[in-house]
Amino acid sequence: MGQLTTRERDLAAAILVVLAVVGIAMAAAGRADPLGIHGAIVLLYSLALLYLIMSTSFGPAPDPSRVSRYYDDPIKVGVAFTLFWAIFGMFFGVWAAAQLAWPSLNFDTAWASFGRIRPAHTTGVIFGFGGNALISTSLHVVQRTSRARLPDQLSPWFVLFGYNLFCILAVSGYFIGVTQSKEYAEAEWYADLWLVIVWVTYFVLYIRTLARRREPHIYVANWYYMAFILVVAILHIINNLTIPVSLGHAKSYTIWAGVQDSMVQWWYGHNAVAFFLTAGFLAMLYYYLPKRAERPIFSYRLSILSFWGITFFYMWAGSHHLHYTALPHWVQNLGMTFSVMLLVPSWASAGNALLTLNGAWHKVRDDATLRFIMMAAFFYGLSTFEGSFLAVRPVNSLSHYTDWTVGHVHAGALGWVALITYGSLYTLVPAIWKRERMYSAALVEVHFWLASAGTVIYVFAMWNSGIIQGLMWRTYSEEGTLTYSFVDSLLAMYPYYIARTFGGLLFLIGAIVATYNIWMTVRDVPVAGTERHDDVPLAGPVPEAAATGPAE
Amino acid sequence: MPELLHRKLERTATGFMLAIIVAASVGGIVEIAPLFTIDETVENVEDMRLYTPLELAGRNIYIREGCYACHSQMIRTLRDDVERYGPFSLAVESQYDHPMLWGSKRTGPDLARVGGKYSDFWHVAHLTNPRDVVPESNMPAYSWLARTPLRLDDLGSHLRAQRSVGVPYTDDMIENAARDAFGQAVPDSEQASGVTERYGEETQVSAFDGVTTRVTEMDALVAYLQVLGRLTKAAYQNTAAPEQPPNPND
Ligand code: HEM
Ligand code: HEM
Repeated sequence: MGQLTTRERDLAAAILVVLAVVGIAMAAAGRADPLGIHGAIVLLYSLALLYLIMSTSFGPAPDPSRVSRYYDDPIKVGVAFTLFWAIFGMFFGVWAAAQLAWPSLNFDTAWASFGRIRPAHTTGVIFGFGGNALISTSLHVVQRTSRARLPDQLSPWFVLFGYNLFCILAVSGYFIGVTQSKEYAEAEWYADLWLVIVWVTYFVLYIRTLARRREPHIYVANWYYMAFILVVAILHIINNLTIPVSLGHAKSYTIWAGVQDSMVQWWYGHNAVAFFLTAGFLAMLYYYLPKRAERPIFSYRLSILSFWGITFFYMWAGSHHLHYTALPHWVQNLGMTFSVMLLVPSWASAGNALLTLNGAWHKVRDDATLRFIMMAAFFYGLSTFEGSFLAVRPVNSLSHYTDWTVGHVHAGALGWVALITYGSLYTLVPAIWKRERMYSAALVEVHFWLASAGTVIYVFAMWNSGIIQGLMWRTYSEEGTLTYSFVDSLLAMYPYYIARTFGGLLFLIGAIVATYNIWMTVRDVPVAGTERHDDVPLAGPVPEAAATGPAE
Repeated sequence: MPELLHRKLERTATGFMLAIIVAASVGGIVEIAPLFTIDETVENVEDMRLYTPLELAGRNIYIREGCYACHSQMIRTLRDDVERYGPFSLAVESQYDHPMLWGSKRTGPDLARVGGKYSDFWHVAHLTNPRDVVPESNMPAYSWLARTPLRLDDLGSHLRAQRSVGVPYTDDMIENAARDAFGQAVPDSEQASGVTERYGEETQVSAFDGVTTRVTEMDALVAYLQVLGRLTKAAYQNTAAPEQPPNPND
């Protein structure tokens, strides 16, 4: 934050004071409600940041030469948030997994019961870990591919801290019983409103940086980040339209009901997968893969095909979450059809990635970071194939409601999302801290094997349990009656639930190793001798479009 | 040629954004908008009733505790689903559900028709410690529900908010929300009769958790569980033979 100008510091302080007042108002209006607790959290959060700002405000004015460099400070903090939320979210994943095997592990407390920590896990990993990784890398990639510095220094901090406030409100809410119950959109109305403000700022920041670009073309990675930012905004707003019980209540009722709500929810849910867990991470793939492999992307045409295919087809596919339900038949069929077609653009990207590596396999062998990225592309191909398969109605009749879905989720979440993130972080961290290398290549290697083994154990356990479960539910005896009671099928699950907990534990240990390695890199690895001369924004007057940015 | 066009598009951020919005909007519009206008989306039935304030409070506890993460409330049009859980779910049965709780995972069994399947006493024992009644269960224990009094004073605002999103609660119901919640859980009280007057004779008035001196969260949750699948009889009139469940959309 040392680089903030006086004007930016004043503005930041003003924003924080407003936020603190909002916190007080929430605390007062929600005295008798969990909303009050959230008011207190908002208040404390803004006071803590205010203290930080105040304590730097008498420091020296920032070095004027800073504008000839990229602005990476917020990215560094973003990386720290990413690592924190990874451990937090995965810890709750392992705990939730353990509770399914040993149900007394909530120690008879309300806040730690499965139904409350499960959304803490999903929000922690998707929004905490994934979201912070996306914001950090996007700010890195957009500056480098545009050869331009961020337009101002305040909005990236606002986006980062604002976004993490949203995550904190969401996750702490579940523990005290605040949830909308909409999967992947559990946070309540005030947190949702706050996210809209943060997201619009993010969008404006992004587009202003692009407007300052010194390259005529917008690079592929930025297409995906743009799609991610834009579409997530649309999804978030429409899915979260609700009426609060009162301004003093955390609770609200969504305007959507029953069958329409189910369609809106899964239109949102599936495209949260598409534009949060896929598009944004494909952006990482398209930047960090060629960077690390030092080879250009295999095919520009495939990139175009894949991008527009994904942007167009995904939005039709949500209804595959609702096969054989009370949703009209024609919508189910449309969802199935588009899900199958979706395989083409998905594999175009996975193939594009693997073909980029063709000819550089020796690097993959020697460099664990590149192997993370390669494995991620492989799992991306696998989980999209599986997804298209599960979307076929008869297959879904077996898989739906079972652990097979959970296996598919984690093939994507662990194998694709988490692996690509760590591959990108291992590339990003030495680059922005200007270190020669990571602290320990051996630890990257260890992490790679822990993560791979953890993913494989997790996914195989869930494939087995899911298919067994699905088959037991539909087995008939000779007399034409159902053979197994529900409890019979539950009993068959226990060994797999234990195996899954073990696999998840390996993955979690890997995440801790990564955090240690990154910490030590920042602390102990010497700064690279010469600053790479091409890692700076292009000099000269900024193009027209950027003139709207505030003066510094 | 298309490649050249795309090269052009890549040069303008605004143009690119607009193209993304257009491409991404089509699917949602085609699939969602008709659901509000096509008559067959939600069946028309006469006997559909509303959740009482106590049941609604119970539903909110079901949401708060994340029960939906392990239990579905949507019986599919599949033979084994129907034979295990009862007639397949109709759209009308969740017509007033803001939000719907169809669920996506069955770590435990479907609950769409659990109402009336077990006694209140069974539910209380089960929620207090599932392993007392089903030794193999991995469901968490919810013993604190019986110890926590239910907040009654704001139920009126809950009903009012429900009305503003389209659930036809009357002024009378909103005004008497707290009384009705109390009455439904305390059968001998003078408030009890108002509940059936306002919400219909089918409403179950009962000392759900077995204690009539106060209304707890356990009362509310059990009241909700007992009404699941019983808001309308339409589903039972719809199914001819469970062997061959007809698809309502065919
Ligand atoms: C340490 C590793 C992890 C473990 C042990 C773990 C464990 C779990 C468990 C036990 C569940 C609940 C499944 C159920 O209800 O039956 C779950 C759900 C979920 N997890 Fe994880 N998880 C891990 C990592 C991740 C990561 C990294 C992500 C995303 C980036 C993720 C995303 C999800 C999602 C989206 C669900 C909801 C699935 C659904 O609704 O079908 N998990 N996880
Ligand atoms: C071509 C691409 C894909 C298709 C067609 C697809 C399709 C599906 C289908 C059919 C389901 C099961 C729905 C159900 O029965 O309830 C599902 C669930 C899910 N998929 Fe995918 N999938 C794809 C890629 C991915 C990827 C890359 C991820 C990344 C993490 C992912 C994450 C999820 C999640 C989180 C769920 C669980 C939703 C829930 O029930 O809570 N999917 N997907």
